[in-house]
Amino acid sequence: MAFKLNVNGKVLEADVDPDTPLLWTLRDALGIVGPKFGCGIGACGACTVHIDGKATRSCVYPVSAVGAAQVTTIEGMAAHPIGKKVQAAWSELDVAQCGYCQPGQIMAATALLAKTPKPTDADIDAAMTNICRCATYTRIRAAIKQASGQPVKA
Amino acid sequence: MTLQIPTLTHSGASRREILKASVVGGGLVLAFSIAPKAEAAEGAGAQALNAFVRVAPNGVVTIMGKNPEIGQGVKTSLPMMIAEELDVPWENVRIEQADCDPKLYGSQFAGGSLATPMNWDDLRRVGAVARAMLVSAAAVAWNCPTGECRTEAGQVIHVATGRKATYGSLAGQCAGVAAPDPKTVPLKNPKDYKIIGKATPQYDTRKIVTGEPLFGIDVRLPGMLYATYEKAPVFGAKVASANLDAARAVKGVKKVFVVDGGTNLSGLLPGVAVVGDSWWAARKGRNQLQTKWADHPTSAQSTAAFNKRAAELAAGKPEMNLRKDGDVDAALKGAAKTVEAAYAYPFLAHAPMEPQNTTAVFKDGKLEIWAPTQNPQPGRQLVAQTLGLKVDDITVHMTRCGGGFGRRLSNDYMVEAAWIAREAGAPVKLVWTREDDIHHDFYRPAGYHFYKGGVDAAGNVVAWQDHFVTFGEGGKPVSSAGMAATEFPSRFLANFQMDQSLIPLGVPTGPMRAPGSNAIAFANQSFIDELAHAAGADPLAFRKKLLGAKPMVGEGPSAYNAGRMQGVLAAVEKMSGWANRGKLPAGSGMGVAFHYSHAGYFAEVVQVAVAPATGKVKVQKVWVAADVGRQIVNPAGAMNQVQGAALEGLSHALFQKITIENGAAKESNFSNYPLLKMADAPPVELKFVITDYPPTGLGEPALPPVIPALTNAIFAATGKRIRQLPIDTRQLKA
Repeated sequence: MAFKLNVNGKVLEADVDPDTPLLWTLRDALGIVGPKFGCGIGACGACTVHIDGKATRSCVYPVSAVGAAQVTTIEGMAAHPIGKKVQAAWSELDVAQCGYCQPGQIMAATALLAKTPKPTDADIDAAMTNICRCATYTRIRAAIKQASGQPVKA
Repeated sequence: MTLQIPTLTHSGASRREILKASVVGGGLVLAFSIAPKAEAAEGAGAQALNAFVRVAPNGVVTIMGKNPEIGQGVKTSLPMMIAEELDVPWENVRIEQADCDPKLYGSQFAGGSLATPMNWDDLRRVGAVARAMLVSAAAVAWNCPTGECRTEAGQVIHVATGRKATYGSLAGQCAGVAAPDPKTVPLKNPKDYKIIGKATPQYDTRKIVTGEPLFGIDVRLPGMLYATYEKAPVFGAKVASANLDAARAVKGVKKVFVVDGGTNLSGLLPGVAVVGDSWWAARKGRNQLQTKWADHPTSAQSTAAFNKRAAELAAGKPEMNLRKDGDVDAALKGAAKTVEAAYAYPFLAHAPMEPQNTTAVFKDGKLEIWAPTQNPQPGRQLVAQTLGLKVDDITVHMTRCGGGFGRRLSNDYMVEAAWIAREAGAPVKLVWTREDDIHHDFYRPAGYHFYKGGVDAAGNVVAWQDHFVTFGEGGKPVSSAGMAATEFPSRFLANFQMDQSLIPLGVPTGPMRAPGSNAIAFANQSFIDELAHAAGADPLAFRKKLLGAKPMVGEGPSAYNAGRMQGVLAAVEKMSGWANRGKLPAGSGMGVAFHYSHAGYFAEVVQVAVAPATGKVKVQKVWVAADVGRQIVNPAGAMNQVQGAALEGLSHALFQKITIENGAAKESNFSNYPLLKMADAPPVELKFVITDYPPTGLGEPALPPVIPALTNAIFAATGKRIRQLPIDTRQLKA
């Protein structure tokens, strides 16, 4: 079944079954591989994208539910006013180890900052529930602070 | 030996001439080749100076990253060693991931925290040899002795006249230049380092933060199909029957077939492959399978039965003695105080974030593989053996790995993909589900320690006995289940006994970050804490006394440098404010532990607060003092490794457990195998204690001591001793 999806500001067509998760639609049908597969049950957040600005775990979000919503992936962050600051902070603080979860972390952090421009540590704890198996949490926290213009303790 | 240098003529990408020169001391074989590969960034006309270095006319220097990158940072840190001695600005450096090619690159693997110690000398020499060749080319052009030239920032400079030539302009003239002997080529004085020792972001950072394809799972080939592979929950059980047609009936499914497989738990195991035109189609096809698995001898094994067996073994005579010094029984009788305690820890799954995957294409008898593997060379061997191919007919491209932690030292997923791709007759990307990953790991083995110890009236340890119950058969522990007879406090005590009994196991095990140490440190450093408290001593001062005044204990590879451990212990005492821990509020406490592994000396302090009503443990801070020698190659990566390892240790202790039931792993995904998240991650403060020893690795040794530091802190906070992992917080309610 053909779905017209609005991804990163472009209309793209994907011919997939309606129950196909948005993650696999993006990765296999559209070749947008920034969102990562980690668990398939919405538990780790590696697949996080924005649907109308809201951080969403795309591995458990069927493509048929997307409709006319705006889907934004890590590939669209360079054109996102907050996302590009978050990406810059991630680069400057050299956050990543393996890097696999980081697109999802950046998507979650960008959604947090869009809602809460100056997050406290408690805000960060509550919003950032994505798993980083390398445990780069210290730097993720610092990068969120930096992107939000708050003092950073690395 | 004399180093021969090939005549360097500019050659096409297909041509490859190899010349080998061995480095003195039996290190890496340096293989020099001319194999220029065009790359957009470096522009045309790049000249290979050896297997690791190409220089383009525009000054761009391309350096090969020889080892698998799993997040430990070697794709950046190893080329930093070459670039330093080559004397080029880091901004001019491009890094290219090498393929698996031991003839060119020597051993290529990610494990044992060995990348730094194994490559530190050789790769600096690779850079220095290339630099010397560029100097020689300039000296020929200027008709002067090489001694009149120096280098700086990618240029050769004639000192007297100030005449300069860029490396880019000289590289093409290196053809007739003799390469110096790598074993005698001069190396920089470390005080002149411009790259080594400077915090350098990972080379792939931009690609990581923009989501560009980088990992194995991101590989896409024209006409590629997608596969999923179902194996028996009981390790190695054969397929009895399967309703393959039900899977075939699913839209998009292209092929479904049984793989007979073998019995080697590290190789190709029996299962059912479902291949589709998308991974989701293959997955839906697999959902329709109702595979019946044949009976298997290990289908009754369970953690509960292992626990029971361990207790039985502990009550009897140990199967074998690993070490005996003095007379433990007599010393226990004469001790002022004695302590007995039983410790246990569970199986653990590695669960790297990127599920196991490999892309393979079989064409004209040759196999090409893209795999996130930590261990490509044995992987290629395994594939060759299983598929009946020649090793030379298999190309393995090493992709960035979304974590490794030891899991990807095994190449089971690689051989599965190779087999399925050949059977499917098309390029295939095999992607495991997370459930496949948790159910089919090479687990960190569980283990049990039954201790008896004694202290005298002055607070000295006078007796130590450990009956270690682990897994194995015939006196031989399974992978990563052994304990060295030299493990601390072995050799530090007059009356010391280490015994071992084994439980047979049909669960695959393997190395997991700081193998052995990640469990043994918990048990040993907790029991040391118990003895300290029995003696009424400050646990940190007690440890200093135990380490003693003699700097070196033992010799050879198992030597223990107690002086270095004293150094990190003193450092962590100071940075954590250990002396003031008495001022912490009720329900809070500090614990300390140290451990030596992977050539690194680490002492760590953890501060916790335990909620009396719930028993919930809040780790407030971790302090790490580390001694890995005289040079931190990349401080940015080094700090990240240490912080990550310490937090991973907390995750083991607080959350992680694999339970074996009915011969299989009961846990299946992050819902029932949780990992540490942001809200539970404390700050980790780090200090490197610099000592004059060769630099060693950082991937692993920071992990082991954090676990006992945590459990010792919980004891300080609550008076309750954690003797089993993961921590059951219900026990900690006031």
